Amino acid sequence: MADTIIHLLLALLMPPLLLGVIGKTKAAFAGRVGAPYLQPYFDLARLFRKGSVFSPTTTWIFRAGPVVTLAATAAAALMIPFGNHPAPISFAGDAVLFAYLFALGRFFTTLAALDTGSSFEGMGAAREVTFSCLAEPTLFFALVTLARLTGSLSLTGMLTGLPAAVWLGAGASMILLLCGMFIVLLSENCRIPFDDPNTHLELTMIHEVMVLDHSGPAFGLILYGAALKLFVLGAFFVDIALPFGASNPALEWPLFVFSMLVLAILIGMVESVMARLRLVRIPQLLVAATVLTAFSMLLILR
Amino acid sequence: MTGFGPDEFPLAIALIGCATALLALSGIPGLFLRHRPGWGQNFAAAATVVAALAGLSSAVSLLLFPDPSSWLLDWNLPFGDCEVAVDALSALFLIPVFLVSACAAVYAIGYHPAREHRDTEPGMTFFTGILAAAMVLLLMARNGVLFIMAWEAMALSAWFLLTTDRGKPEVQRAGTVYLFATHIGTMALFVLFAVLRTETGTFGFPGIRALASTGPATAIFLLALFGFGAKAGLMPLHTWLPAAHANAPSHVSALLSGVMLKMGIYGIVRVAFLFQAPPAWWDILLVVMGAMTAVLGIAFATSQRDLKRMLACSSIENIGIITLGLGLGMAGIRRGNTTLALLGVAGAFLHVLNHSLFKPLLFLGSGALIHATGTREIDRMGGLAKRMPTTALLFLVGSAAICGLPPLNGFVGEFLIYLGIFSDARGAAAPWPALLAPVLALVGGIAAIGFVKLYGIAFLGNPRSPEAATGHEAGKAMLLPMALLAILCCVVGVVPQPIIRLVEPAASSLMPWPPAPGGAIATLPSIGWLSVASGGLLALAALIALLFRRRLAAAPSAVAPTWGCGYLAPSPRVQYTGTSFSELLVNLFEGAVRPDRTPPILSGLAAGASRFRFAPTETILDRLLFPAFSVAAGVFAFIHRLQHGQMHIYMLYIFVTLFLLMIWAH
Repeated sequence: MADTIIHLLLALLMPPLLLGVIGKTKAAFAGRVGAPYLQPYFDLARLFRKGSVFSPTTTWIFRAGPVVTLAATAAAALMIPFGNHPAPISFAGDAVLFAYLFALGRFFTTLAALDTGSSFEGMGAAREVTFSCLAEPTLFFALVTLARLTGSLSLTGMLTGLPAAVWLGAGASMILLLCGMFIVLLSENCRIPFDDPNTHLELTMIHEVMVLDHSGPAFGLILYGAALKLFVLGAFFVDIALPFGASNPALEWPLFVFSMLVLAILIGMVESVMARLRLVRIPQLLVAATVLTAFSMLLILR
Repeated sequence: MTGFGPDEFPLAIALIGCATALLALSGIPGLFLRHRPGWGQNFAAAATVVAALAGLSSAVSLLLFPDPSSWLLDWNLPFGDCEVAVDALSALFLIPVFLVSACAAVYAIGYHPAREHRDTEPGMTFFTGILAAAMVLLLMARNGVLFIMAWEAMALSAWFLLTTDRGKPEVQRAGTVYLFATHIGTMALFVLFAVLRTETGTFGFPGIRALASTGPATAIFLLALFGFGAKAGLMPLHTWLPAAHANAPSHVSALLSGVMLKMGIYGIVRVAFLFQAPPAWWDILLVVMGAMTAVLGIAFATSQRDLKRMLACSSIENIGIITLGLGLGMAGIRRGNTTLALLGVAGAFLHVLNHSLFKPLLFLGSGALIHATGTREIDRMGGLAKRMPTTALLFLVGSAAICGLPPLNGFVGEFLIYLGIFSDARGAAAPWPALLAPVLALVGGIAAIGFVKLYGIAFLGNPRSPEAATGHEAGKAMLLPMALLAILCCVVGVVPQPIIRLVEPAASSLMPWPPAPGGAIATLPSIGWLSVASGGLLALAALIALLFRRRLAAAPSAVAPTWGCGYLAPSPRVQYTGTSFSELLVNLFEGAVRPDRTPPILSGLAAGASRFRFAPTETILDRLLFPAFSVAAGVFAFIHRLQHGQMHIYMLYIFVTLFLLMIWAH
């Protein structure tokens, strides 16, 4: 019970902090002071107090977009284990539901973008669905590999049941898998080199251009949902990367929080040292990620 | 679920028989009541609904309380006994036939009213009834000859239906291609039943896994895959399908796509599971064909500009998923993996039922769109969600369901298949099925592109044409069947246990091991949890929506035009079109889709107005079959002289042939 409460509190409160850490890291690399760590929380609080502007073109789908996306991401957050603690909801096959919940969110985000009738948002929506459709097979190759290695069909079993022996026995496979998943983590969360979450009006972007017309609380929901998605997929990555649990169950929560913060710094470093890719290169990198995870599966199937 | 006890089973079969007769006769009064438009149509709709209620309750009761009894009819023909029976497999496929034909009949009252279509309506109503009755008969037939008769009645009445608008050249072309495809398939079935007869000695159907897979087993399987696969739309036999489904009236497309394709699947199941120990390459062939059909089908669908052509191509994708599930099931049986076998087949069957819920829903919805805008081109619609709010909501349910998104029914079917794949990947010695999980995921991703495009461009944004700007909501007779199907999609998604109970008897009847007591799948913890998670998701969304509304109400809100990035003269033409939406994907699948692009020609410093043309092509039909046929036509020109339209010489041919045959026989 205590685990479930900590899980919920972490999922509810921690996601914006990751954005703050990423921002601070990038500022440090650029030699600036940067916004405070808690800036994303202030932004969210301000957005939720603001009024809204709605285009007369839009329908209820425009309002439903952020709501459904956040609900789907939150449901996914209930199925992913944090660190070595089991998730509140776990059953055989929940990995499939996990993947499809993100698809549900994407379906509504892109529909909301098309609802505005803006050509820019249509463009962003088209890129979002196409690139994520290329990222989907990577995730499933990774899930199959994990199911094979751990003998479990649920995310909790796959990620908490990943003993150090698996790393020692199938290290090459795990490294390939991690590389593939890191690419997916960056592309699904619209980070550099795939997309730049800080520019709001350029035609080379994906996610931000889709939410141009959202304002006030709706934009707050989107921002929070994006942070939550980064948190959930980040937890997935950290769970694979760090199978070594602390000896004391109570110590595992701080360990998890710490490794999530390290991941945020890592993302910030990648964003600082890389430029955004040209649009035509993105599919190539995503296919490369798929091939990496496919190899990781082949290595353990032989 | 129904009031029949286990002792009264002949009653259930008799009810299905009566329902068949009622369906077959439903269009006849309309043929004689041409001076009173509407009477025949209303009668037919009422009769179809009554038949559907009787048929559905019988099929459901036969699934829940299986009964092996069969009837022998005396037909005095030299083809053996005329046997009809309903086993679990037939009963399962009966459900879509009855459900969709009732929805289509009611929808027709609003969509194709007799008052406005006095010349075509009676024929259409008549052949709709014949089509439905033929499909029921086909599912009940246990004699090859009776089966072929029902098969031909189905194929031909479908041809009459899809060529309702005979005046249009594209309808004529679609009808001709259909007729060729269906008869080439039927020819394979003639050979199939002939070979089966030499093997078993009768035209009667052997039971499930009654034959040894030696001798002509391979020939039988390949013939079935060709003959039935052509009807189901398996690639590369799908060439007739997109044009035929696009050009038929919408409720007919719903019947063809939602139900008739499944008859091909039924045939494949009947024949593929006839044999005791099929070789490994059978299931691998099924899986590979299924995966290829699914990926390419949805890639074709996404590149389409025509609303109904896109839905038709997406049916090919769904047939691919079903075939993939069947192949996995066969592989599971061969390898002795009970979980993979049961989940694969049950997932395929559940997808059969699911597809017969959301595909008719989408076709009926597209009929409402066409009614409102007078065009099938997605890029000429737009903004219809405001003018047709109910249709828009129902269509949204259908689109999300067909993409396999939770918490709708499409997800449950795919979930079962995934569960089978994962459980095999976990421990099997040669887990090649594991490769299919990413394939299914890719298919789901591409489906999302296609249906976001379809829905977003047609219903959202600003109207792209004057017709779309003045579109009107569909009438009650059209909305009612759509609402029924949409509600079923939602209910099955959140509470899948009852429908899994219906699917399970059919799936376990194909298994070589005894069925698990109490239903193995419906009681799986995963299914219960899936239900909980779906309900939880809905509750979560409702909670967030409530908080969001309160926040919106607490602060002022303004109305302003969509932010155009500083562009001062926006018009609806500036909006992203469906063609541009799917362009990235079409580029990735350039090799298979091969659209016909005519780029604008710009010349000079101040180039004038210019046009870009994009037309998806039927790759196999246009680049392979038509050229091959024209070569064949040249080569066989001399045979053409035998055909000249003079009846007495034709009769002479018949006489001479018979005479020669008699001499040869003696």
